[in-house]
Amino acid sequence: MIAIIDYRAGNLKSVERALRRLGFPCCITQDREEILASERIVFPGVGAAGKAIADLRRLGLDEVLIQGFEAHRPILGICLGAQIILDRSEENHTQCLGLIAGEVRLFPNPLYSEKEGRLKIPHMGWNGVHLVKRHPVLEGITPTDEFYFVHSYYPVPASDRYVIGTTRYGIEFPSIIGHNSLIAMQFHPEKSGAPGLKILKNFCEWDGRYAE
Amino acid sequence: MLSKRIIPCLDVRDGKTTKGIKFKENVDIGDPVEMARFYYEEGADEIVFYDITASSEHRDIMIDVVRRVAEEIFIPFSVGGGIRTVEDMRAVLLAGAEKVSVNTAAVKNPEIISDGAEAFGNQCIVLGMDVKKVGPSAKIPSGYEIVIHGGRTYTGMDALAWAKKAEALGAGEICLNSIDADGTQEGYELALTSLISENVDIPVIASGGAGNIDHIYDVLRHARADAALVASIVHYGTYTIRQIKHELSSRGIKVRTTW
Repeated sequence: MIAIIDYRAGNLKSVERALRRLGFPCCITQDREEILASERIVFPGVGAAGKAIADLRRLGLDEVLIQGFEAHRPILGICLGAQIILDRSEENHTQCLGLIAGEVRLFPNPLYSEKEGRLKIPHMGWNGVHLVKRHPVLEGITPTDEFYFVHSYYPVPASDRYVIGTTRYGIEFPSIIGHNSLIAMQFHPEKSGAPGLKILKNFCEWDGRYAE
Repeated sequence: MLSKRIIPCLDVRDGKTTKGIKFKENVDIGDPVEMARFYYEEGADEIVFYDITASSEHRDIMIDVVRRVAEEIFIPFSVGGGIRTVEDMRAVLLAGAEKVSVNTAAVKNPEIISDGAEAFGNQCIVLGMDVKKVGPSAKIPSGYEIVIHGGRTYTGMDALAWAKKAEALGAGEICLNSIDADGTQEGYELALTSLISENVDIPVIASGGAGNIDHIYDVLRHARADAALVASIVHYGTYTIRQIKHELSSRGIKVRTTW
């Protein structure tokens, strides 16, 4: 069973629908026992960092994530779930979970690209990912594949060793990060068509091992 | 860099898709769930549904359509038409839509934009604007006026001022429909699209008038739209979405070409 962590942070059903379509049993839950007993954990999220962390703490789910991570349980962070796994976020000046050393930054404003002029924030729509490392969850993803992003903040791990993929939007930012059994992406694989479903399938079949 | 988006638009009435030509003489052309799936597999970047069902008792039919679409496609889609309250928004989002669009309801009650943005996030709220060219005047300095009821009612609101106000209220995106161009297949309203796109910081989807790939190229390149809405041009099979994207890509527009 795959546990999709429910801390009232946005649309969890789309992740559930995608996993079910792929044939993997899953449940949306905030039950600590159920999450700790699960085979793997999906940690989604849309919304603001401050409220998300407060909700996680209130439900005791921050501890559960840390325990799952320490037990080498495969964990997939999506969108906000790829941000609040770092130490801290500029959004609401939030102290976060610290599973990966680093911080979450707001896109500079104004943001410019040489070719396109001034860029709009949030970064919303389809963009590519440059894979800087191989990872079992990204097997079969090609350089032309694109993914659906919606965000104004982005993760900045303290070390490049945690950066698996990057995306260019005015600046080059880490869009896939990982450490041990945790992999997290800023885009929404559940809304990214076939390449996104491929990532979800790979995650559901991953044993959590990754040579950094 | 972000890709420009190609977004098919499906008008839905009583659970069936139609294509309105200047909002008159609608003809049934199929099942919305099947069409959404077809366009998803063809490489659509997003899908827009407009519920044009006349009676409010039939809203449940649309919610059921949204639920079934969400089971079939794994790209974002938005739903508009008949959304009057935050509760209407919630029903559509819970059924699986990524975004909701408001048009007439926002003209009558602009707070629905801020209420929706606060409840669900700015990225969920699309402002649909129906616009007619009226020429500049003291009341309408941009020369473009907001209309409602399918273009039959003039509101006295300036399109540019309304776009800026909606952005300030928390709209995450604007779907800009030219009533003059809609259904003509003679090209998007480029001047209007540039005017709005250059004066707001949220993405603008150009709507109304696509008849060939040059039109789409022009609105994305010259009028700086972030996305192009397409309807007749793909519903009637003039081009496939795949053809449109490959042609745009070969002409230097960044679009998503694998899926």
